[in-house]
Amino acid sequence: MKHKKVVIIGNGMVGYKFCEKIKTKSNDFSLIIFGEEPRIAYDRVHLSEYFNGKSADDLSLSSKDWYSEQEITLYLNDPVKEVDRSTKTVHSSKGITQEYDYLIIATGSAPFVPDIPGIDKEGVFVYRTIDDLDLIKNYAVHAKAATVLGGGLLGLEAAKALIDLNLEETNVIEFAPRLMPRQIDSAGSGMLQNKLSALGLNIYTNKGTSSIEGTDRISALKFNDDTELKTDMLVISAGIRPRDELAKLSGIEVGTRGGIIVNEFMQTSDPAIFAIGECALFDHNIYGLIAPGYEMAEVAAAKLCDDHKTFKGFDMSTKLKLIGVDVASFGDPFTTEPDARTILFEDSHKGIYKRINISNDGKYLLGGILIGEAEAYNMLLQTVNNKILLPDHPEDLILGSRGGGKQNENAGLAGLPDEALICSCEGISKGSICDAVSENNCESLDAIKKCTKAGTGCGGCLPMVKDLMVHTMKQNGKYLRNVICEHFHLSRQELYDLIKIHHLKSYEQVLDNLGKGDGCEVCKPLVSSLLASLWNDMILKKGNDTAQDSNDRFLANIQKGGTYSVVPRIPGGEITPEKLVVIGQVAEKYSLYTKITGGQRIDMFGAHLSDLPLIWEELIAAGFESGHAYGKALRTVKSCVGSTWCRFGLHDSVSYAIRIEERYRGLRAPHKLKSAVSGCIRECAEAQSKDFGIIATEKGWNLYVCGNGGSKPQHALLLVADTDSDTCIKYIDRFLMFYIRTADPLTRTAPWLNKMEGGIEYLRNVVINDSLGMAAQWELEMQALVDSYQCEWKTAIEDPEIRKRFNHFVNAPEEKDPTVKFDEMRGQKKATDWTLA
Amino acid sequence: MIETTTNWFAACRVEDAVENGGVCVKCGDDQIALFYFTRRNEWYATQNLCPHRRQMALSRGMIGSAGEDPKIACPFHKKTFSLSTGECLSGDECAIQTYPVKVEDGLVYIGLKN
Repeated sequence: MKHKKVVIIGNGMVGYKFCEKIKTKSNDFSLIIFGEEPRIAYDRVHLSEYFNGKSADDLSLSSKDWYSEQEITLYLNDPVKEVDRSTKTVHSSKGITQEYDYLIIATGSAPFVPDIPGIDKEGVFVYRTIDDLDLIKNYAVHAKAATVLGGGLLGLEAAKALIDLNLEETNVIEFAPRLMPRQIDSAGSGMLQNKLSALGLNIYTNKGTSSIEGTDRISALKFNDDTELKTDMLVISAGIRPRDELAKLSGIEVGTRGGIIVNEFMQTSDPAIFAIGECALFDHNIYGLIAPGYEMAEVAAAKLCDDHKTFKGFDMSTKLKLIGVDVASFGDPFTTEPDARTILFEDSHKGIYKRINISNDGKYLLGGILIGEAEAYNMLLQTVNNKILLPDHPEDLILGSRGGGKQNENAGLAGLPDEALICSCEGISKGSICDAVSENNCESLDAIKKCTKAGTGCGGCLPMVKDLMVHTMKQNGKYLRNVICEHFHLSRQELYDLIKIHHLKSYEQVLDNLGKGDGCEVCKPLVSSLLASLWNDMILKKGNDTAQDSNDRFLANIQKGGTYSVVPRIPGGEITPEKLVVIGQVAEKYSLYTKITGGQRIDMFGAHLSDLPLIWEELIAAGFESGHAYGKALRTVKSCVGSTWCRFGLHDSVSYAIRIEERYRGLRAPHKLKSAVSGCIRECAEAQSKDFGIIATEKGWNLYVCGNGGSKPQHALLLVADTDSDTCIKYIDRFLMFYIRTADPLTRTAPWLNKMEGGIEYLRNVVINDSLGMAAQWELEMQALVDSYQCEWKTAIEDPEIRKRFNHFVNAPEEKDPTVKFDEMRGQKKATDWTLA
Repeated sequence: MIETTTNWFAACRVEDAVENGGVCVKCGDDQIALFYFTRRNEWYATQNLCPHRRQMALSRGMIGSAGEDPKIACPFHKKTFSLSTGECLSGDECAIQTYPVKVEDGLVYIGLKN
């Protein structure tokens, strides 16, 4: 059979999804894509993360390989400029003429730019593509204040991106009296405004912009109320306009206010031409969210394969995190008396606002708004969409059950019908997920993702998918435990106890006695960590070397390009000038990039595998030792300068930090451990953000535990006050051993405490009051670990068998990896960025 | 029918290989990762390049099994690949090249297609 030619205009998320969908349905089509942007399709939903560490590659939805593997012809940087419907051909701007049997228009939308005097001044941007973001980023280098025009969903996303650029001032201007006027009500907007203001965003609502001031470049905005706001740049996010110009030009019917008119099969007025995504106008609506776009892609692909599917409009419910604040809006968020009754919850102390609208008879949920806390979103949305009967006290849905009554069975997952849509990005129902668990034995999130694609889009449904999996497995009579992986049907704590009781010393022994199969990348590092916590043998001892996690295996951190970084221990951040010179000399000799770390140490990057032993030989000769930056182990004990120099210092925080770092150096734990000591309440060492942190008081030391920086910062809690140096160390011994013994794999101390029943009170009882009677044993165990400490690098360079493994080629040990490449930046080297094909 | 002959490349001695882990073999301008499962007494060879971020790294990864299938996890982002088929087990649409391996007189050979 001759392949039918399908030409897709637009290589955005929806155009890409169409290709993916049709390829899984049929091989009878040859696909040709014309994209306007120079890049392959990327994730526009998470665009703001581009300023937050993600590269353009990270945002890509696939690789160029994918297009060639799927035999899709891809023309980038080449928009179609003309469609000739009589000959069924398209002409691209670079002069390609291409015939089609079917044409898919997925041109998306363009930012709406209002006609304000001065809008063409330098420093005014739109927010849509990676190229736009690059322009913004480059301009922002010379800007102090930036302003976003538009306080809708996209505008606030753009504001987040600007905040990530660390400008002095970020403003948001909204014409309407409230933020996100299409999603939330004024009370919700008020709460959101308070939260965002606290995060440093200046918000102005009810502001009509009358002109943009400045000679060539923007310097200020003037408003209708004669006020003015100084700003160095402006990002416009005042809505979208469907890209329908090509359709209009070709005589295809478009709506009076824009958008290509489509029927329920996504067909335009020309039945061989389809429109999907933000350029399509269905039933007088433009759908500016990703989930309906994907659904349109599915419907169009199905139509081409003679598979009967129709587009029935789409729920515009949405949940997102705006600058760290949860915001959700679902069903009909605004309906009110006399059509419905509302239940409101407002807590301005915690910044939480919840509203649900229920039918007058109290039976059904119609919609609602959640600000500040949106955990209930998925469940509430399901309750609306599936018309689930409300419990007797519908307020429980947003307040939680407050004792007394029984839990309503139907309020949970069990009450959802099989057709309930769980993953709206991929259109996966509850039934399909349960089938994957029951019929295909998918018993992990990864397995379900692979089998059904649920959760592979925005990922927002994953908690619900997991709950469904657990629920289905329980229903099938499966005993569910928090087991490590398919090779060990034990929890981490059970395994810890068994290894100790049976006195097992190597990964192979543990697998032989307690596990099955060949192990994997989950259980190997976990068992290795347990063995190290229990026996403290050199981790690269034969038999254990290949069971170590990637970085532990080579006692260094693997970096982009396959080279490693080296971090010698600098206890308490104190270092002599002589040692600083040595680091400089070593870095120069092996041409390493150097950078000061967040933990008061020096990191040297770009070391070839075979140079690591040579580098360490020199460092060790100068008195350095391993910093364990590669391990789930104690990293660093940061300190402020303390009473030896500081006029405020109460005690010698540096000496105490060094004592603590040298005590716990090399200690392996379920996750990395960080610590700090501050010499007074000014807290310059930031001890309250550490796993254990110490602050000097008039009478001794305060010990804080279970703090965390990272993506979910959490302040450490006071465990004990005004204790002396020796007692404080005893408490830390007990605290750490309790953590090492009981925490789940890869769980930092903060989430470990969050899960602990009884919380800090219970922890204090165990550590300070010895309520478990374990204190003496734990102190002994810790002392044994302290006494058996050795510098892993010293052992490694002295053992020829271990040294042999630090070569790239087994059959050419003297050669380095020829594929390693560096670029130059600010007079140092940097790893060449990774490429996607 | 096309006949392919296998050219056996002598990679290293058995004792040079890493038990229950991988080594990287230089094979002209190519790099091949060679893995040794002592428990199964089985050898596998694949391209050393992880297709996910195109890093020469698979030989430094952790080996293991998924069910009966032997697999390798890349040290960069823990993408896993079947050592028997080369298929990506982490749900990505990329696969790696695999090669036959034989051991004779204490030498490990990797089979290359001519």
